Amino acid sequence: MTRRMEFHVPQHEKRGFEAAGVDRRDLLRGLVAGAGLTLASGVTLYAVGGVAEARAPGDPVSPEVRWGMLIDVNKCPDGCKACVTACSKENGWAETGSSLTDAQWIRKVEVTDPRTKTSRALPVMCQHCAEPPCVDVCPTGASFKRDDGIVLVDKHTCIGCRYCMMACPYNARSFIHEPLSDQKPHAPRGKGTVESCTLCVHRVDEGRSPACVEACHADGGGAMLFGDLNDPDSEISKRIAEYATQQIRGDLGTDPGVHYQNL
Amino acid sequence: MPGPFSRAGVLAALIALLLACAWPGAAHADPAQSAQTARALVPSPQKGKGDACVADTDFMRRYHMTVLNHQRDDTVHNGIRTKQFSLKECIACHAVQGEDARPVSIESPKHFCRTCHDYAAVKIDCFECHASRPESNKAAQLPTGHGDGAVSALSRYLKGKGQ
Ligand code: HEC
Ligand code: HEC
Ligand code: HEC
Repeated sequence: MTRRMEFHVPQHEKRGFEAAGVDRRDLLRGLVAGAGLTLASGVTLYAVGGVAEARAPGDPVSPEVRWGMLIDVNKCPDGCKACVTACSKENGWAETGSSLTDAQWIRKVEVTDPRTKTSRALPVMCQHCAEPPCVDVCPTGASFKRDDGIVLVDKHTCIGCRYCMMACPYNARSFIHEPLSDQKPHAPRGKGTVESCTLCVHRVDEGRSPACVEACHADGGGAMLFGDLNDPDSEISKRIAEYATQQIRGDLGTDPGVHYQNL
Repeated sequence: MPGPFSRAGVLAALIALLLACAWPGAAHADPAQSAQTARALVPSPQKGKGDACVADTDFMRRYHMTVLNHQRDDTVHNGIRTKQFSLKECIACHAVQGEDARPVSIESPKHFCRTCHDYAAVKIDCFECHASRPESNKAAQLPTGHGDGAVSALSRYLKGKGQ
């Protein structure tokens, strides 16, 4: 029996509740639906063992690929923030301690089971949904899904209305309130637009994996796996086929590209 | 009855006047110097690194905004990462050293993209998001091998000479 809880509480309340370490595990897990995902069977050209093989720089992304991630919560140590630190360094954002306006590319969410008191911490970022609500509501078409499944904001067309932030069930997007300078050349960000995890699209396009995944293997628990969900032979697809995995709020039908194991 | 000026006299005087006006040396004392003054009034952006830009210099002067916008959509929506018209590459190659031996940012009027824009009163917002100078720890590298086919095709199209 799944307990229904409102995940979509107003931002300020939610952050408070997170800080108080209140039961987020149930919140998340109760809402994880049976992870019935439909993987389109596809020919794959680019993924070998879950690691991307560089596409020629002049070739467009292919819909035959769907990038995704599998996070094994058991391997994600409490207190480890290797993925968060790596993301912040790679993309040039910083936590300012002002939780209402801080960038939300990736964060560790702590969840506790109220009965057993066991707690888990898991990284949550843009879930790169197959049916992204942020894309549905965007009035300018700035919020879009790339052919290879990566959900992005085209900041050139973003007018900063923030409908997408409201529509996102994962609270994965944030707005830039202050003027910035000296951004990373590969990660432009600026005041007045919405941003979120890009799955390190600039790295993926070069055949590398996202910075968080790399750091998780180097300095963390090795919990994160990146790969092509459409390729039945990729490491990630094999693991998803073999083990029970879950998508956060799979009941919404957004079909996230980020899967969790042992949640 | 002949007046004080004969017809021939007037004509001669007129011709002399016209010649005087047309004579270059008369109006402008030094033509070379005047051209110099005119040149100082137009912007003179510093040359990028290397010998040539990513396309014909004339083409780049006129159409850099078009190629940048095109590249922008190609990259963001289709993941196309060719270097030729990448803004990141323009910034890397057109970096101008400042007094602190670091490339100047868009704050400085010496920034490559500001030289002409300030003069022509063009205002762009690109650098609210895009880095206006290369990352400090990484030396700017020259991109290699820009194909010319795409440029000439685009150039032909933009100049209306395509079919
Ligand atoms: C590999 C280095 C390099 C890259 C990359 C490069 N340029 Fe250039 N650019 C140059 C050089 C060298 C010149 C001077 C050419 C000349 O003197 O004929 C130049 C000239 C120009 C000019 C004309 C300046 C003038 O004096 O009137 C413009 C405009 C320009 N570049 C824009 C761009 C833009 C926009 C980009 C990115 C799409 C870019 N460049 C990328 C090297 C580069
Ligand atoms: C609100 C933020 C924002 C503004 C303003 C902005 N960009 Fe971008 N731009 C981005 C982001 C984000 C990307 C995606 C970077 C990536 O995926 O590597 C991008 C990518 C690009 C790219 C492809 C990457 C590259 O370096 O070649 C080009 C070209 C580009 N923008 C041109 C422009 C131009 C020209 C302007 C000004 C007219 C501009 N942008 C203004 C955010 C912005
Ligand atoms: C040779 C002089 C020159 C240089 C150097 C130059 N620009 Fe320009 N740029 C212009 C002029 C002139 C215009 C306006 C053209 C027009 O309105 O037809 C312009 C317009 C633009 C526009 C379109 C603005 C709009 O409102 O539509 C963009 C974008 C742009 N430039 C980007 C750049 C970038 C980025 C650089 C530095 C890499 C740069 N320019 C360097 C002369 C220059």
